[in-house]
Amino acid sequence: MLRKIRLTLAIICFTLITLLFLDFTGTLHAWFGWLAKIQFLPAVLALNTGVVVLLIALTLIFGRIYCSVICPLGVFQDVIAWFWKRRKKLPYSYSPALSWVRYGILGIFIITLITGAGSIVALLAPYSAYGRIANNLLAPLWQWSNNLLAHAAERADSYAFYEVDVWIKSLPTFLIAAATFVILITLAWRNGRTYCNTICPVGTVLGFLSRYSLFRVTIDAEKCNGCSLCSHKCKAACINYKEHEVDYSRCVACMNCLQTCKQGAISYKPHYKRPAQEPTQEAADVNKSRRNFLTVATVLASTSVLKAQEKKVDGGLAVIEDKKIPHRDTPITPPGSLGTRNMNQHCTACQLCVTVCPNHVLRPSGDLSTLMQPEMSYERGYCRPECNKCSEVCPAGAILPITAAEKSAIQIGHAVWIKENCVPLTDGVDCGNCARHCPTGAIQMVASDPDMTDSPKIPVVNTERCIGCGACEHLCPARPFSAIYVEGHEMHKTI
Amino acid sequence: MKNKNKKEIDRRTFLKIFGAGTATTAAALYGCRPRNNSVVNGGSDNAQTGEMTYRITPTTGDKVSLLGYGCMRLPTTSNSSARDSQDEIDQDMVNRQVDYAIAHGVNYFDTSPAYCKGRSEHAMGIALSRHPRDKYFIATKLSNFSPDTWSREASIAMYRNSLKELQVDYLDYMLLHGIGMGGMEAMKGRYLDNGILDFLIEERKAGRIRNLGFSYHGDIEVFDYLLARHDEIKWDFVQIQLNYVDWKHAKEMNTRNTDAEYLYGELVKHGIPAVIMEPLLGGRLANVPNYIVSRLKQRRPSDSVASWAFRFAGSPEGVLTVLSGMTYMEHLQENLHTYSPLAPLTDNDKDFLEETAQLLLKYPTIPCNDCKYCMPCPYGIDIPSILIHYNKCVNEGNIPANTQDENYRKARRVFLVGYDRSVPRLRQANHCIGCNQCVHHCPQNINIPGELHRIDRFVEQLKMEN
Repeated sequence: MLRKIRLTLAIICFTLITLLFLDFTGTLHAWFGWLAKIQFLPAVLALNTGVVVLLIALTLIFGRIYCSVICPLGVFQDVIAWFWKRRKKLPYSYSPALSWVRYGILGIFIITLITGAGSIVALLAPYSAYGRIANNLLAPLWQWSNNLLAHAAERADSYAFYEVDVWIKSLPTFLIAAATFVILITLAWRNGRTYCNTICPVGTVLGFLSRYSLFRVTIDAEKCNGCSLCSHKCKAACINYKEHEVDYSRCVACMNCLQTCKQGAISYKPHYKRPAQEPTQEAADVNKSRRNFLTVATVLASTSVLKAQEKKVDGGLAVIEDKKIPHRDTPITPPGSLGTRNMNQHCTACQLCVTVCPNHVLRPSGDLSTLMQPEMSYERGYCRPECNKCSEVCPAGAILPITAAEKSAIQIGHAVWIKENCVPLTDGVDCGNCARHCPTGAIQMVASDPDMTDSPKIPVVNTERCIGCGACEHLCPARPFSAIYVEGHEMHKTI
Repeated sequence: MKNKNKKEIDRRTFLKIFGAGTATTAAALYGCRPRNNSVVNGGSDNAQTGEMTYRITPTTGDKVSLLGYGCMRLPTTSNSSARDSQDEIDQDMVNRQVDYAIAHGVNYFDTSPAYCKGRSEHAMGIALSRHPRDKYFIATKLSNFSPDTWSREASIAMYRNSLKELQVDYLDYMLLHGIGMGGMEAMKGRYLDNGILDFLIEERKAGRIRNLGFSYHGDIEVFDYLLARHDEIKWDFVQIQLNYVDWKHAKEMNTRNTDAEYLYGELVKHGIPAVIMEPLLGGRLANVPNYIVSRLKQRRPSDSVASWAFRFAGSPEGVLTVLSGMTYMEHLQENLHTYSPLAPLTDNDKDFLEETAQLLLKYPTIPCNDCKYCMPCPYGIDIPSILIHYNKCVNEGNIPANTQDENYRKARRVFLVGYDRSVPRLRQANHCIGCNQCVHHCPQNINIPGELHRIDRFVEQLKMEN
C-alpha cells in the first residue's frame, strides 16, 4: 500500500516536472510551476525558508521521501533501474556507505556554493542535472513531434499548433547532459541509487537528517530468517540483513522491501534507535567515474560552440546570412537576475528558463566560470518587452519575479554602435531599423555629417535610456555581425 | 470605318452564338437529372454547358476564344504554381490542361520569356507543338526589363529564343512587355532607341509576327504616346488591366494607375481590340470577404465568385480575349463554364458590380497582386507573402481592432501563428529597413516600406497584448 502511494505520487511528480521542461508555451508553469520551486537546492538558493523547513520536516518525519517522490532525478533512476532490472530476481546487494566520498563531495559543493563557482554546483545539483537531460535530450523530440502536429494542423487550416525552432543552444551543455545521462544510466543499471547515495549533495544532506527520522524501515530480528531477499531488492543497497540493520542515511523510503519480506519482519514505523554505518572500498570506483565525468565536462566546455544552421534558399528570395554572436566583454543576464553575481550565487543551471524562453534569447553559457547558466544573445530573437517568462519559472531565485512594467525599466546592458557595419554607410541606403524598434526610444537617427543635413542617417544611443533588450541588435540588417550590439552590465540597474 | 463594320459583324455573330449558347444551356438544364446520374465524379458543376464565345480580330480576322490561357502560373510537381515555386514544372499536367483547353475551344495562349522563372515558353512549346499549328494562337512578349537586355542584340536574341523555345516559325501575337513601368525613359531604352520597335514591325511585314501589340502597366503618358502613334505603327491589339474595380476606381487602388474605363475607351476610339489581364485583380476578386461572397452568390447561386469578374471582363464587345493564369484543372473548367458561352452582364448587373467594387474598396486590404516584381528584396524580406497574409486576415476578419473585440484571442492567434507559417521569421516585416529600393518596382504603386512598417506596428501591438 505504502509503496503504491509512493509510486503514484512519484510518477505524477516526475511526469509533471518533465513536462515543465518540455512545455515551450509556458502554460503548464501557471499550474505546476511550484513543483520546480519545492526542489531542495533551488529552494535553499532562493532562500525559500518555508519550503526548506517543510522539506526538512518531511525528512525528519518520514525519511528521504523527497528522494523517492519529489526529486525528478531520483525517480528517473528508478525508471531506468526498473527498465533494466525487471527480469532479474535478485538485482541488488548490500554495500556499506562511502561516507568520506559523500561528505567530501558535500564539502566541495558547499565551498563552491559559497565562493560562487556556479559551474560545479550546476554539475552536481540533482534537479538541475535532470533539467539538463530533459531540456537537451527530451525537448528536441518533443518539439519535433510538435512540429509534425503543426505541419498537420497547417494542412488542416487549424491554428492549434505552431512550429518551433529546434536547435542546440550550447554544445558543451548538450554534451554534459548527454554524459550525465549515460553515467546515470550506467550507475542506475548497475546498482540502483548509487548516484543518490554517493554523489548527490542533496542526498547526503537529507541522508544526514533521515538518520534521525521518526518513521523508519525496521527489521524485526526475531521474525527474520536471514533469507537476504530484502537486501537483494534494495536499490539503495542499504539493508544489511545479516545484522538486521538498515542504513537510514541511504534509505530513500521506497517501501519496496516491505512487501518483499515473506516473514513480515520488515515494517515502516516510528523509531528512536540510532543506526550504525561504516565506509568501505567501492569508493575508488565511484570516485573514478565521477572524476571522468568532471574531466569530460571540462574538456567539452572548452570546445567551441557550433553554429546552428537553418538556411533555405529560394528563387525569389535573397539569401539571409546567419547572424554571428558578437564578442561581449560582459555576458548579458536576463532582467530580474540582478546581475552576474546573483546569477552565479543562485543558479543551478536547471535550464528551465532556457526551456521557456519563447524568443530564443536564453541559452546555457559556455564559459567555464558560469558553465551552463543562462546568458542572453540576440541572433535569433530579442528580449521582448511583454515577456517575463524566465522570471516566472526560476525556482532558485537566480531570476527574481518581475512584471513586464518593471522589466521595461531594468537596464541589463547597453547598445554599442559599430560604424563599420552600419548599412547607411556601407550600402548607402536609408535604414533606422534600430531606432524604429527601440522600446525605450533610446536610439535616435542623426545625420552622419553634422554639416550636411541630407547625409546618411546613423543611430546614436542614449545609454541612460537603453535597457539592453537587443531589439536593435536583432533587427539590424547588417550580417553576420550587427552594426549595433548589446554589451552586458555586471549589475543591473533601474532607470 | 472598316473597323466599325467588323465590329458590328462581330456583335451579330456574337449574338447568334450567344443565342445558341443559351439554348444549349437550357437544354443542359432540362437534361440535368439523367446526366447527373451518369456523372460519377460529381464534376458536373464546372462542366461546360455550350460553345465557347469567340471574338474576331479586325486586322487578321483571327477567331479568338474569349478565354485566353495565361501561362505565368503553370503547375509544378509540388502542386504549387511555377511562379511561386522553384520546383520542376509538371509537364504532364501542362499537356493535359492544354489538351483539355484546346478540346473545349480555347485557342489563345499567352506566355513570356519571364514567366515561371523563365521556364514557361519551353513548357508551352512542348505542350502546344503536339497540336496542329493552326489550332492555337501563341502570344509572347519581348520581356527585356533588365537594362542589360536593352541592347538591340540582346533583345533580338530574346525574340529569337522565344521562337525556338515555343518550337514555331512565326508568332501570332507579339507584345512589348509592361509598357509604362519605368515611364517614358524605360520605354525609349527598351524599344525606341535601339530600334527594336522598327525591327518588330519589319518582322510583322515578313509574316513572322502576325499581330503586334503591347501590354500596359503604370504611367499613362506612355500609353497615350503609343496610341498617338497608332496611325503609323498600326497596333493589332493592346493588353490592359481591366476588372470591375479598376473600371472606375483604379486611382483608389493605385494612384499611378488609370481607370480601365478610360483605357478601354481609348482603344475603342482607335478601333484596337483589347486583351484583358488581371480580370481578377491578382486573385483578389476571387478571394473576397465573406459578406461579398454571399452578396454575389445570392444573385447567382450556382456561379462562382470569380465568374462575376470574368463576365465583367468579357462583356465589352471590344475585348478580344480575357487572360486567366490557370494552375489547376479546376480553374480551367470553371472558366470554361463561364465563357461557354458568355452570359453578358445586364445593365443591372453592372450597377450591382459597381456597388460591389465600392464595398470592396472600403475593405482595408493592400492592393498587392503577388506579381513579385518587388522581389528579391536585398535584405531578404518576403514582401508579397507578408502583404498577402495581411490581406487574408483582413478578408477573414482576423484583424482585431482592440482587445475588447469579441474574437480577439482567436484572431490574434490566427494572425500571429499564420504569420510565422506564411513568412519565415527573418523575412518578416520587422526586418524591413525602409531602404525604398522596392517601391519603384511595384506596378501597383504600393508604398511597400510604409505598409510593412504599418503591419509591423500591428504585429508588435498584438504581441504586446498577450
